[in-house]
Amino acid sequence: MAVRTLTIDSKQVSAEEGTTILGAARDAGISIPTLCHLDGIYDVGACRMCLVELAGSPRLLPACTTMVAEGMDVRTQSDRLRRYRRMILELLFAERNHVCAACVSNGHCELQTMAYSQGMDHVRFAYQSPLLEVDLTHASFGMDHNRCILCTRCVRVCWHIEGAGTKNVSGRGTHARIISDLNQPWGMSETCSACGKCIQACPTGALFRRGMTAGEMERDRTRLEFLVNAREKKQWNV
Amino acid sequence: MERVRLATTWFGGCSGCHMSFLDLDEWIVDLTAKVDYVYGPLVDTKEYPEGVDVVLIEGAICNTEHVEMAHRIRQRTKTVVSFGDCAVTSNVVGMRNPLGGPEVVLNRAYVELADVNPGIPVAPGILPPLLDRAVPVHQVIPVDHFLPGCPPCPERIRMLLESLLGAGAAPTGRLIKFG
Repeated sequence: MAVRTLTIDSKQVSAEEGTTILGAARDAGISIPTLCHLDGIYDVGACRMCLVELAGSPRLLPACTTMVAEGMDVRTQSDRLRRYRRMILELLFAERNHVCAACVSNGHCELQTMAYSQGMDHVRFAYQSPLLEVDLTHASFGMDHNRCILCTRCVRVCWHIEGAGTKNVSGRGTHARIISDLNQPWGMSETCSACGKCIQACPTGALFRRGMTAGEMERDRTRLEFLVNAREKKQWNV
Repeated sequence: MERVRLATTWFGGCSGCHMSFLDLDEWIVDLTAKVDYVYGPLVDTKEYPEGVDVVLIEGAICNTEHVEMAHRIRQRTKTVVSFGDCAVTSNVVGMRNPLGGPEVVLNRAYVELADVNPGIPVAPGILPPLLDRAVPVHQVIPVDHFLPGCPPCPERIRMLLESLLGAGAAPTGRLIKFG
């Protein structure tokens, strides 16, 4: 395999051909912020958090989908990049209804953590406050579109690790939604194998295992009654 | 040294941020040595005074009275702090925004769920009308510092106040926590 040498943040780096800038940077101990990237699945460059500057290019390029090339001169930190990364985060927060205080992922959320690390202490854009659905038709899992950032991690794990192909994206722009099968309630999906990989992949609280919230603490008291009856009527042979 | 004139106020919020402020415990005694607490729910001043140095605003802007008060505060205050998630993001009080105007939530609360005497309360001059949307404070007036959190923990309130009382700028990076 051919080796390419390049410069990342003034550091000489060598990487195998076909490596992404993100991969080469991480191997060299240089961290680039990411949201849609997930180790183990292929990258799509959806979130733009990993944008980097490339000498000679007027455009910013996503580090996760740009391959290394000989002689590249990459900058991962600059005022311009920090400004754009913060703007991207603010737009993500403004686009849907991210209410940390009322979220199952509060304290375990990659969007929230990224906001802290990028110094986002408020959102300058007007909140769009769209009216969005929560799909609770699946017996084990739920999908809250209010918290989705369309990173498509769930789609990629569903197709390329589980091989079920349940999750997809429909619509464009602000109308884009994660859907199940042909845009039907998740619980009616014939392809979902209920493997839960999408739950593991989701960076926010958009996909969650059901029964985790206070309102879902449904109890089956008949089990207790059954045990007491069985004991008192001596239905068990000890 | 001249004493700092401190105010706090409370728009559309639950008072949790003020409870967290009270959780500063004995440090409040140290604080009172440096500041005059000139306005807020903890004292009995009726009018927001002139010449306030620092104000902590809890809560989102939800009605016309909040809007008027926010402008009055901005005119009379040097440093405005958005205090807590409702002031910074509109948070839980903003969860009505996707449903449309205030009629939807008023109807739900006072008509659909009423056990007796269903009807939306109307009292012109006493009950300020709700805005179409509950919005963060910085969408209505310029804000100088943001202290998110639901509520912000006492340590972070103290860090911000200490930096505002001293000469240094607010240590913003360490003050960020939502939820």
